[in-house]
Amino acid sequence: MAKTVEQINKKIKEGKAVVVTAEEIIDLVKEKGVKKAASEVDVVTTGTFSPMCSSSAYFNIGHSNPRIKLAGGRTYLNDVPAYTGMAAVDLLIGATAIPDDDPRNRVHPGEFNYGGGHVIEELVAGKDVRLVATAHGTDCYPRRRLETWINIKDLNEAVLFNLRNACQNYNVAVNLSDKTIYTYMGILKPRLGNANYSSAGQLSPLFNDPYYKTIGIGTRVFLGGGTGFVTWQGTQHNPGVPRNEKGVPKSGAGTLALVGDLKQMNSKWLVGISILGYGCSLSVGIGVPIPVLSEEILEYTAITDDDIIATIIDYSQAYPNLESDNLGEVTYGQLRSGQIKIQNKNVPTASLSSYSRAVEIATILKKWIQDGKFLLTEPVAPIPGADSGVTFKPLKERPLEG
Amino acid sequence: MATSKRIVLRFPRRLVDRPIVSRLVRDYNLDFNILKASVTPEEEGLLVLEMSGKQDDYDKGIEYLTKTGVQIQSLSQDVTRNEERCTHCGLCVTVCPAGAFEMDTSTRKIKFLDKKCIACGLCIKACPPRAMELHF
Repeated sequence: MAKTVEQINKKIKEGKAVVVTAEEIIDLVKEKGVKKAASEVDVVTTGTFSPMCSSSAYFNIGHSNPRIKLAGGRTYLNDVPAYTGMAAVDLLIGATAIPDDDPRNRVHPGEFNYGGGHVIEELVAGKDVRLVATAHGTDCYPRRRLETWINIKDLNEAVLFNLRNACQNYNVAVNLSDKTIYTYMGILKPRLGNANYSSAGQLSPLFNDPYYKTIGIGTRVFLGGGTGFVTWQGTQHNPGVPRNEKGVPKSGAGTLALVGDLKQMNSKWLVGISILGYGCSLSVGIGVPIPVLSEEILEYTAITDDDIIATIIDYSQAYPNLESDNLGEVTYGQLRSGQIKIQNKNVPTASLSSYSRAVEIATILKKWIQDGKFLLTEPVAPIPGADSGVTFKPLKERPLEG
Repeated sequence: MATSKRIVLRFPRRLVDRPIVSRLVRDYNLDFNILKASVTPEEEGLLVLEMSGKQDDYDKGIEYLTKTGVQIQSLSQDVTRNEERCTHCGLCVTVCPAGAFEMDTSTRKIKFLDKKCIACGLCIKACPPRAMELHF
């Protein structure tokens, strides 16, 4: 029954492709079995919508008259510092950047009301953004100061450029200490007061292709409401971690680096966020189609929240101090029930990742494919797999004087 | 018939130093639970109460409060959700001490049950896209 991407694309163009979401495939496989489902279904669509800090956008603003070289100086977008260490009028803004005069955690927990993620959201929404730059001035780029409104429609290039998205799995965060802590996993109440998790679970892209057999460099994806591509494995890609019998990693494993034209994206799927006591970030919507090339691949996509395990980590002690201790494992099925048991205590759970938005993304992507508007791609090259030897190493500090 | 409602009372400056709420117990047989109390820099008093008792007594109590010059507002008008901003992640669910957020198990969207809200404001800054709004 093996199919090829080319055959599936032919069916998509003819409007005959059978497409289901990673949620719908679960019942379909229960009802029809793997063999029959694999022969009927051509594509399974996945989705995730979650804070993804390693996201950024780069632009080329065009040359002013007289010219200015932003590099070497300072450039701000709505007071948020942008990175300009490239050619004259290229700049990049990271999702977690915050204004120089933000009070940060001086009064703890800091509010972090506005940052790079919000700038990206506003640009995508078509709002004017204030650019203020100072530079040193050269013979060929004499201008030293630039203050102007910019708008995404006038930029030469506006590209979403994400170093690490769509993490394959994530920790469940808890707090064993006696005081409330404010983390990137949200507010964690003392003495196991709550447990926060962050994954779309059974809908999440890499849980549906755990060994990266179809997702690789060049894969076309839903990104921020438009289309984008996988450019590389994401940073901290760590495919060799322990997995269960279904190939599902029990802790953080694979990640994806993504790129896409910001001009065709939508601010519903790129939302600037403020994480109390931590900082700013960007919630990103991603959907990856999985071509059903074999029964094996279909079987992976039928994964359920009950099959996926996450590890519980104490964010008051173990996480900040890079200790390997954990407080056990739970399934996403248990997490979604609203309560889990840790050390014999019932602990309420909450999610950072929006499951309903993940469903929406998988459904939109399904529609795009059904309508023949989105064709699948064959990877140009694979991303490192479970046996690649690629690992995520801690920093080996070497004191400068010693 | 018994009733129990959550209300917001605003005390203008001239009433801030007078005992008013205590008469609800003494003269109107009402019980109340103070959910929040504050005095703003403009010296206006704000009190969030859960008030309960017989419907008849309740109505008389409200009439008394109104006559003294206290402004009364139903609590559900004070904390609202900006539906455009909410992404339905659900981080608010465990932050809220009153259980006013609940995941709908069929749609997986987060319901805001404003009748349960005690207007403590904890969700305001805990919400990453800042979808919850406080209108005091």
